[in-house]
Amino acid sequence: MPDVIDTLAGIAPGSPLHAIRDQRPQARLHAQASYDSLFSPLSEADASRLERFAIACFVIGLHGRPEMEPLYSAGLTGAGAPAGLKDAIAKAAAAARGEGPYGHYPKGPLSTEDQAGPVHRLDAAARAALGRRLAAAFEHTHMLVFHPRDSAPAHLQSLIDAGWSTTGIVVISQLVAFLSYQIRVVAGLRALSARPA
Amino acid sequence: MTDKVLSTPPHVEPVVFTRDMLDWLPWLEPMAEQDLTARHMEGLVDAARAKSAYFRLLARDPEVLGARTRTDKDIFYNPDAGLPRAERELAAAATSRFNGCIYCASVHARFAATYSKRVEDVDRLLAEGVGADLQHRWNAIVAASVTLTATPISFGAEHIDALRKAGLDDASIVDVINAASFFNWANRLMLSLGEPSAPPAK
Repeated sequence: MPDVIDTLAGIAPGSPLHAIRDQRPQARLHAQASYDSLFSPLSEADASRLERFAIACFVIGLHGRPEMEPLYSAGLTGAGAPAGLKDAIAKAAAAARGEGPYGHYPKGPLSTEDQAGPVHRLDAAARAALGRRLAAAFEHTHMLVFHPRDSAPAHLQSLIDAGWSTTGIVVISQLVAFLSYQIRVVAGLRALSARPA
Repeated sequence: MTDKVLSTPPHVEPVVFTRDMLDWLPWLEPMAEQDLTARHMEGLVDAARAKSAYFRLLARDPEVLGARTRTDKDIFYNPDAGLPRAERELAAAATSRFNGCIYCASVHARFAATYSKRVEDVDRLLAEGVGADLQHRWNAIVAASVTLTATPISFGAEHIDALRKAGLDDASIVDVINAASFFNWANRLMLSLGEPSAPPAK
């Protein structure tokens, strides 16, 4: 299977950036293994493939990175997304887009650096289209993407209340955090290959 | 059902960025040490990590944890070519400072200071934030890390030009990209699954 970061960044075998990535062979191998484990998991008991791809499409939409869309959109289809879900995710992402990172620090000297910003809540139509679990996951995802320093135990309670297990919350967290990495590596490598020395 | 949010024990919350050693308290139940199987130990990579609540929580998905850890180690520890370790750590510290992860910033500011010996510059980054003037090569690395970390991502040609002007070759620029991107992964886990705790006042 071709390396997903190379594919998304447009890095061909034999190119200078391919050779540079080869100098970090474990990072290349295990970034791929991370993607594989998150999207072709051994168990779907705590988070289904459909839920994983739905959250991924929302993360990609929040970042506004078109080069990432086809892969995850195809994954969502492949995971058996019902008609209308893709559209509901695209609409939810368009309504939730913003600029980050912002958020609050523990009260003290850093409070002068607090930066307020939206705490996103889905509208009723999105909630109905996504269902309880995904709706809660999307609101958490928005926080993780744009204002992760606002994290609090109450956010995890909302996920538990919506039916996510402890392991499921670890999976969601890894998923959004991994994508935050993958999107940036791809964006960075694309910028570098567009600017030869 | 054991699925519940944990209340943290009484502790001192760090309220500034620091190079001090901090502890980390989970908001969800980590796996119990006695429940760790060979599969989980493979995910933990280093057996010593079984002592860490953070890694035992992430061990609930051992395959992803194992892949994450091996990605991390190669980006930061592989000595072949590219950026010196000190500056990979600088990119990690700057990313953590910008996202606001006090725990991650403490660890990687410590490493950046140890490997670079530029303790005052590292402390300036922690105290003043990512706008601190750290002289041109470090400024270029911090700016690249910050623009890659921002959403939407604003990293582009001008940042690459600044890195090259500061003497970075393309392998070093890829190390900056990897290090800053990886801390967008790490920061979100550390920030959202628990909280830092300061050592008791001396």
